Amino acid sequence: MIAKADEANGGCGAGCSCATRASDAGEATATTRTVEGADPVDVGRRWFMKAATAFSTTVIAPGVTLMAFAESDPAIARPADQPVSSKHRFGLLIDLAKCPSGCSDCVTACSTENGWKLNGRPETDAQWIRKLTVTNRKDGSSFSLPMMCQHCADPPCVDVCPTGASFKRADGIVLVDKHICIGCRYCMMACPYKARSFIHEPLEDQKPHAPRGKGCVESCTMCVHRVDAGGTPACVEACAKAGHSAMIFGDLNDPASEIAKRVATYRTTRIRDDLGTDPGVYYQNL
Amino acid sequence: MARITFQRLEDHSTLFWGLLGLHALIVALGLGAAYYMEHHGHVVTGMNNAVVWGMPHVFAVFLIVSASGALNVASISSVFNKLAYKPFARLSGILAIALLVGGLIVLVLDLGRPDRLTVAMTTYNFKSIFAWNIYLYIGFIAIVGVYLFTMMDRGVSQTPTATRTVGWLAFGWRLALTTGTGSIFGFLVAREAFDSAIMAPLFIAASFLYGLAFTVLVLFTMCRETRQMLMGEEMIQSFRGLMIVFSFALLYFTAVKHLTSLYASEHHGVEAFILRDGGIYTALFWIGHVLVGNILPIAILAFGSGEARPFSERQAMTIASVLALMGGLAFMYVTIIGGQAYPLNLFPGMETSSSFLDGEVARYAPSLPEVMLGVAGISIAMLVVGIAIKVLPFLPRGESVTA
Ligand code: SF4
Ligand code: SF4
Repeated sequence: MIAKADEANGGCGAGCSCATRASDAGEATATTRTVEGADPVDVGRRWFMKAATAFSTTVIAPGVTLMAFAESDPAIARPADQPVSSKHRFGLLIDLAKCPSGCSDCVTACSTENGWKLNGRPETDAQWIRKLTVTNRKDGSSFSLPMMCQHCADPPCVDVCPTGASFKRADGIVLVDKHICIGCRYCMMACPYKARSFIHEPLEDQKPHAPRGKGCVESCTMCVHRVDAGGTPACVEACAKAGHSAMIFGDLNDPASEIAKRVATYRTTRIRDDLGTDPGVYYQNL
Repeated sequence: MARITFQRLEDHSTLFWGLLGLHALIVALGLGAAYYMEHHGHVVTGMNNAVVWGMPHVFAVFLIVSASGALNVASISSVFNKLAYKPFARLSGILAIALLVGGLIVLVLDLGRPDRLTVAMTTYNFKSIFAWNIYLYIGFIAIVGVYLFTMMDRGVSQTPTATRTVGWLAFGWRLALTTGTGSIFGFLVAREAFDSAIMAPLFIAASFLYGLAFTVLVLFTMCRETRQMLMGEEMIQSFRGLMIVFSFALLYFTAVKHLTSLYASEHHGVEAFILRDGGIYTALFWIGHVLVGNILPIAILAFGSGEARPFSERQAMTIASVLALMGGLAFMYVTIIGGQAYPLNLFPGMETSSSFLDGEVARYAPSLPEVMLGVAGISIAMLVVGIAIKVLPFLPRGESVTA
């Protein structure tokens, strides 16, 4: 009664072309889903591999992939046939002293990049990133900060997901596998940051690299498609373009990286660190 | 005591067919509602990105909790060896299965992708309490099925040890099942309203009460249907006593949960919300759960029946059961929806706001389709019981009880 036509073909129902591409995607990136602490698993049907493959084989010729982004970093770029490495722990650092409350360029950039938009229904519209205003009750002072999935190292969303659709890559990026998400929303109950959105309505105009689907849950992917190509997330790029450079992206495990140095040098804060989630997003001057 | 004999429901009144037809209609409407929700997306429900579990979960959890409680009567008879309860053990078993099936169907039909049921059944994350629950549910149905078999098969039922062994297993399993259901909520560190180990015993106490209430209502309906005294006065007295005890237990655990929570100062906000400032949630807690669901049933059972009292024993039991179940739905609503409506605390001590409605009490107004789906869960359970008692001898014969 309810089965979707594309699901019958092995598709994700998200409007992406995975159904027709399932096999070559599986071959090309059979080890993409290397979950930390686990052996590389064959995950021929994962959406993001398909996305990566689609990206590298159809959009851009293989080998040229790394040129796709102006700021691509060959040290981070991962060829599509290489497993995700636990050598990295990708994260973000946001310097609130440089983040003006009126600016929301990061939000706009994310929305454009990943194809989510507000339809004037704030209760059900998806928001991968938002500007949060925080007001001190005592003195009324306030500040704002960008809030998105914190890419927790101990993500409650992953722990509770019954099917394993929510998972953490070996490099610390937390994703939802749109092929096996059953839409139970338990991850949304578990996430302490309200970082996830459920897709309440049919979607159109999806981006090939960010397939989404009605009835599934989604959240910030740290622009995994860009990161895998050696680029930086769209929000970080937009922030720099706006002249603020409040956000930096990088490998927290690499002591030579700017993000690791900043975290080591300055006092940084992670939101609700007390819950033991070990977030990968650091805030400076909070 | 005379030998217990059992019967299938053979001649049926218009009332029986009427009830069955009504339930079938509600199930059909519920399925239609599920299709409608699936087709248009959850935007046609009251659920949103803050209240992610709505009316279907209220009904589903209510039914699942009641299911394990419905097995009590069977457990008392075989685990605690109380012969007087034996005539009702079969009915208690089938009712337990039926309620669980009803709850599970609602849960599945509310998924964002119900068409991926096979994924849910074949791909597991063993760290997830949800995944354990899937095993607990399937196991429960299987074990209670075997349990019924040991009670009903001519050969096997001659060896009481078989029934007792499976009875113990089923008893242990039902405790695990309710613990698992309570833990779905209990381990959510992010949600202050739930994050407490007391959720499990609280749910067990609730299950005892609601399961018994369902059992009593089904039995009375069947008394009417068979025009037999399926339960003797003594039995009614026992059920009455049990119901009062279970209701007190539920009140006790409710009090413990909120008092321990009040003890921790970081939970003052959420406690104040549920107990004092939460509007509909506060009303449902005090009026629905505490008053209608527990205090009134206790009062009616304790003082409402007998000579020169307003009700007969049976009437008192019926009213108390209906009230307990209504209170049960209110309790689930407060627990599940109220717990989500209270905003997440991203910055303790600070106020937050955003376009994503951070820091606000979430709005939630159940829509007709989701209520339809939830109610259909109860009807599915009743339909299963109705058909089962027609096909197999689940009901005791009246005479045997009065003997
Ligand atoms: S912020 Fe939420 S969605 Fe993101 S990893 Fe942590 S728990 Fe999961
Ligand atoms: S909604 Fe999807 S990702 Fe979230 S817990 Fe359920 S199956 Fe996992």
